[in-house]
Amino acid sequence: MTTALSTPENRTAVPAHTGSRFSRVLGAVVALGLGLVAVLGLLISPADEVQGDAARIMYVHVPSAIVAYLAFGVTALGSALYLWRRSDFWDATAAASAEIGVVFTSLTLVTGMLWGKPTWGTYWEWDPRLTTTALLLILFLGYLAVRGIAAERKVRARRSAIAGLVAFVDVPLVHYSVDWWRSLHQKATITRLSPTISGIMLFTLMSGIFVFIGLYLWLLIHRFRVQYLEDELAEGGLAEAIAERRREAGVAV
Amino acid sequence: MDDAAFVIGAYLAVSVGLGAYVVRLLTRGRKLSRQVPEGRRRWM
Amino acid sequence: MWRDARLVAGKDLRVEWRSRVALNQIVPFAIVVLLLFAFALDPDRGFLRRAAPGLYWVAVLLSALVVIQRSFAAETVDGGRDGLRVIGLDPAAIFLGKALAASAVLLLLEVVLAAGVMLLYGADFGSAFILVVVTCLLATAGVVAPGMIYGALASGVRVRETLLPLLFLPAVAPVMIGATRSFEAAINHSPAEGWRWCGLLGVFAVAYTALGLAVFEPLLEDS
Repeated sequence: MTTALSTPENRTAVPAHTGSRFSRVLGAVVALGLGLVAVLGLLISPADEVQGDAARIMYVHVPSAIVAYLAFGVTALGSALYLWRRSDFWDATAAASAEIGVVFTSLTLVTGMLWGKPTWGTYWEWDPRLTTTALLLILFLGYLAVRGIAAERKVRARRSAIAGLVAFVDVPLVHYSVDWWRSLHQKATITRLSPTISGIMLFTLMSGIFVFIGLYLWLLIHRFRVQYLEDELAEGGLAEAIAERRREAGVAV
Repeated sequence: MDDAAFVIGAYLAVSVGLGAYVVRLLTRGRKLSRQVPEGRRRWM
Repeated sequence: MWRDARLVAGKDLRVEWRSRVALNQIVPFAIVVLLLFAFALDPDRGFLRRAAPGLYWVAVLLSALVVIQRSFAAETVDGGRDGLRVIGLDPAAIFLGKALAASAVLLLLEVVLAAGVMLLYGADFGSAFILVVVTCLLATAGVVAPGMIYGALASGVRVRETLLPLLFLPAVAPVMIGATRSFEAAINHSPAEGWRWCGLLGVFAVAYTALGLAVFEPLLEDS
């Protein structure tokens, strides 16, 4: 394979970025949606009867948590399908989703702690969900560490797929064990709003969830393309180097 | 607003966190796109 | 498959017995961990005895980490891993055999550690003996099964010393929680509570053993 790296001609011919028409439209919708959620959550929705204004944090915390779990679900799905189909598509999907999942898990923890301080009086309480989320973050940092090991593409994909599956099996087990452990002395768990959440508050929460899922999709598209480019580059670079050595040795390419 | 610092802080953390990630992702994409030849960027 | 598994287990145990690393290095290491806990928590105020179940299982997990590293160190030198595959052993049997051998070593360590905790910390695990034994067996299976998967995953990688603890320790968090609560129940004479935790430990062990049997084949493919 003889592939020249970018020349001035093709650099100008095609816009060099990871956007496409679909991703631009989606991005615009999501950007508007995020603005809407901020206005709804901070200004329009009323304070919660029990938790007061701190409940406003829920409108970003709950969607972050849902997207975090969704992202790890997609990573596990991509891992399983990679082992079955051995297609680079699923490997790249799993890789892209895991990184986004780590971002949202971190945001879930930060917003959870900022909610905990005014509500519980401490930043960290051994709340079952918060504890599970913290372990989830470490499990998937481990997954990214496996991805980060330099190896041949197939070896790396296989290793990562196994690591992704093994970590995913752990999630329900961690959840149950932490839940049983903490149910001995239970306090208001983090997602609990007033029993009758309705009207504008429910609408705000639901739109937050939808907008964040849209944001996840937008990020996934871009991150997937970055992954694709990185893999292409690594492979192209290798082919290039081999061709070069062959030319040096005077072997016909 | 009660606990304004925590509420604003949480929204700020989310915006800054996501914003930084988006910027990093897009610049990474641009940098890589310039290095990979046009024929192999299929979504264009 | 059982024959292959016994073969691998026998080989691992023989290697372990001849080198005496478990006896001469891992056992002293585990005892040092027990001493360190005593230095950290004042023995005179009863902290040690109350925290004994948790400290015991932390010591077990740290020792397990060393056992797992040993189990795969033997395979990475001189291409032992490829050797196992070339012989034509079933990957699932390799998993099972290595897991059995590692479990045997770990159980031995657990007996030593239990004696140490009872002697040094004054904890009494004897009151619900059957519960304690069952907890140890299930927890050992639950620690060793993911340990073998991650051990094989990290073996042959340059960063294995740091990668293995990062992958292994958070994954066995449910075992740590379950086994500790079960031991506490045994000490507090409320075994019913402990059996519930044994259920969780059992599910964990079965899930990871099944996963290990399924996943060892792609794991041992050309590396």
